[in-house]
Amino acid sequence: MSLLDIRNLSLTIAGLPILQDVSLSVAPGEIVAVTGESGSGKSMTALAVMQLLPDLAQTRGTITLDGTNLMEQSETQMCALRGASIGMVFQEPMTALNPVKTIGDQVMETILIHKAMPPAEARQHAQDTLTRVGLPADRFPLSRFPHELSGGQRQRVVIAMAIALRPKLLIADEPTTALDVTTQAQILALLKDLVQDYGMGLLMITHDLAVVADLADKIVVMRHGEVVETGPTQGLIANMQHPYTRMLFAASNHQVVLPPAPAPKPLLQVKSAVRDYRLPRTSLFGAPGHYRAVKDVSFTLNRGERLGLVGESGCGKSTLTRAILGLEPLQGGEILLDGHPVTTAKDADLRRKMQVVFQDPFGSFNPRHRVDRLITEPFYLLEQPPKGTARSDLIAETLTAVGLSSDDARKYIHQFSGGQRQRIAIARALITRPELILFDEAVSALDVSVRAQILDLLVELCEAYSLTYLFISHDLNVVRTITDRVLVMKAGEIVEQGETEAVFSDPQHPYTRSLLAAAPKLPELNMGTVVA
Amino acid sequence: MIRYTLKRLLSLILSLAVASLVIFFVIEVAPGDPASFMLGLNAQPDTVAALRAELGLDQSQFGRYLSWVTGMMHGDFGTSYTYRTPVAGMISDRLWVSLPLALYALILSTLIAFPAGIYAAARRGKTGDMAVMGATQLGVAVPNFWFAMMLVVIFAINLRWFNAGGFAGWDKGLLAGLHSLTLPAISLALPQAAILARVMRSALLDILGEDFMRTARAKGLSRRQALWRHGLRNAMIPVLTIIGLQFSFLLAGAIIIEQVFYLPGLGRLVFQAISARDLIVVESVVMLLVLAVITVNFLVDLAYALVDPRLRSRT
Repeated sequence: MSLLDIRNLSLTIAGLPILQDVSLSVAPGEIVAVTGESGSGKSMTALAVMQLLPDLAQTRGTITLDGTNLMEQSETQMCALRGASIGMVFQEPMTALNPVKTIGDQVMETILIHKAMPPAEARQHAQDTLTRVGLPADRFPLSRFPHELSGGQRQRVVIAMAIALRPKLLIADEPTTALDVTTQAQILALLKDLVQDYGMGLLMITHDLAVVADLADKIVVMRHGEVVETGPTQGLIANMQHPYTRMLFAASNHQVVLPPAPAPKPLLQVKSAVRDYRLPRTSLFGAPGHYRAVKDVSFTLNRGERLGLVGESGCGKSTLTRAILGLEPLQGGEILLDGHPVTTAKDADLRRKMQVVFQDPFGSFNPRHRVDRLITEPFYLLEQPPKGTARSDLIAETLTAVGLSSDDARKYIHQFSGGQRQRIAIARALITRPELILFDEAVSALDVSVRAQILDLLVELCEAYSLTYLFISHDLNVVRTITDRVLVMKAGEIVEQGETEAVFSDPQHPYTRSLLAAAPKLPELNMGTVVA
Repeated sequence: MIRYTLKRLLSLILSLAVASLVIFFVIEVAPGDPASFMLGLNAQPDTVAALRAELGLDQSQFGRYLSWVTGMMHGDFGTSYTYRTPVAGMISDRLWVSLPLALYALILSTLIAFPAGIYAAARRGKTGDMAVMGATQLGVAVPNFWFAMMLVVIFAINLRWFNAGGFAGWDKGLLAGLHSLTLPAISLALPQAAILARVMRSALLDILGEDFMRTARAKGLSRRQALWRHGLRNAMIPVLTIIGLQFSFLLAGAIIIEQVFYLPGLGRLVFQAISARDLIVVESVVMLLVLAVITVNFLVDLAYALVDPRLRSRT
């Protein structure tokens, strides 16, 4: 008999249909992964099980946990079940903990709120649970506050809170999406262990098919609030029935073929770059300390070359990016673009040669400007910006180049989807024909199908404009296909660089090896459409 | 935490030093000579000069600044130009009215605002929320002297529960003193409570949307438990800021209310001193208010650190 049984669950929020006839089940000790792109309803399914839906939500169908229909429980009865019979782990460990309470108090709260044991015992149990999730008391006393822990450690605390009372069902909503690959691998291993040890059912929500394939016993694929396909992991991957499932796996593993790069001729030269940050003084009159975020980094980016920069959070890739853009000063070494030094001084000519595309397609545009104004912003860098028909022709040409239509010029940014917005961001970077474009995690926030389209677009643009770019990303699969050469950064240093394929297939540095080993791998697909 | 406190203390002392300089020199450049003002239009120049010498106005500005500051450190605020009595005594008499009044009003305002703000936040968008928000809108819009007059009409003239004005004095007992401060405190507190309730509500609503509130619910806390255990303390930072600002305002800004209720407070003293060009009184009272404001800010900073552990470690 299954532990969790969702039957014909339908959900509307303020009349808007969100879920339609969703059915799935989780057995004790089983890991079921619900996957799909944003808006597919996977998180709402999880929240429906917790009965923590938004106020205007209306549901139909049944959700049975161990024989109890959760849809018929009163709020008080649900409070007794949440935390005790169902635990939940969320995506964003940085904000999932209360910043003003100690980790010990927060783990103990799960126990005390359900009156499971007296306070002294609860304290010991909280300690034991934290030790179980990899936070031993000698290094992580109960009196620690969340801000004293890293993202991965915080996620362990969240997991400890969720499993403190050994719930029968654990729901994990994108538990590793905000974490680095090596941390992700550790957290996934922990979840897997816990499921085995405790015989819990795990309902795992994730968009990452590589994680799904690695971890899950069963896969549920969702689209537009409906389950399109479900089945045991191996069987489903070997024999995908629904075209959407096939598209999803193909897009996740999307490979592109870059046009050959021209003969090496240096465009960007970074020579022994050093970037120090001042730390707060430790004593009132003592000298302030320094934190070296970028340590003696040197590399050359040739004209027409596509260079990748990979590394985990905090490795200095963003700092290096800002230094290359001339947004932050260097404390040593120099950066040359086309032979001219890059400094923080105002230099329109230099700025025109470099443009950047950021990660967040929602936050990087002024919502009150129309697209034509948004993408022509870099024109202020030009001595003689095009006017009249020359301007509108250039706007139309650029929009067409990124796969949009010239009619889109008069629209506002909220009228576009995330993928279209990223196309507009690329149009903005492209319109002054810069020598160099920096893509700073530019496809990381996109759904896999959209990401595949943007990668294709980059290849088209490389063919049409022979782009030179620096592609900064934590996503190794993407970097592998979209760059010619790659730099691996760790703790402010470039630990390895070389031809992308060579670095990936035969990594020399132990850190590169550990990165590649930790990254979850997509299964070899046998669909004919994918080059695995 | 100790380093944090010391750092705040150092900044308190520096602010006081800068404030004393600014106060002294800004008031010095204000037009009007106290000596000629005191002696009237028909005074002889040599009489004025003699009085200036007596008041110490003929010394260099910096010399007068130094003697003012060192005097204050010993509790000597100088002698009032107009009343010819020690300023320290005048101020301390008034302070015994203004300080309790400000505290009284602040406590009332907090007692009204906290429940109202929490209630409204917990019932966001429902009738209770709208009623509270409507009432606070009114509280913010209506000036406090109008409240004061209405309170006098209802509770002093019609019901005769309170006196319409005047201060009984603390020598008549604590209750008598508080009794005569009650109507002024309420009229000061109502607009402040309206503002504070709105701040409390919006701070709580911000917090209710945070991820950790959802985590708390997933642990099995009810809405109410989550609000009290996790919401309130996190919402305190903006609320404490406003409370700090309000206390400073209540201490110095009660002039109109003091006027309406004939209270011998600091506000009226300053008002009279400015009209009479009694610079030494103005300087001293303003300095005292600055001291109060800076001290309150210091206390608010310490309260921040108590509420939020992240500030403690940041030093």
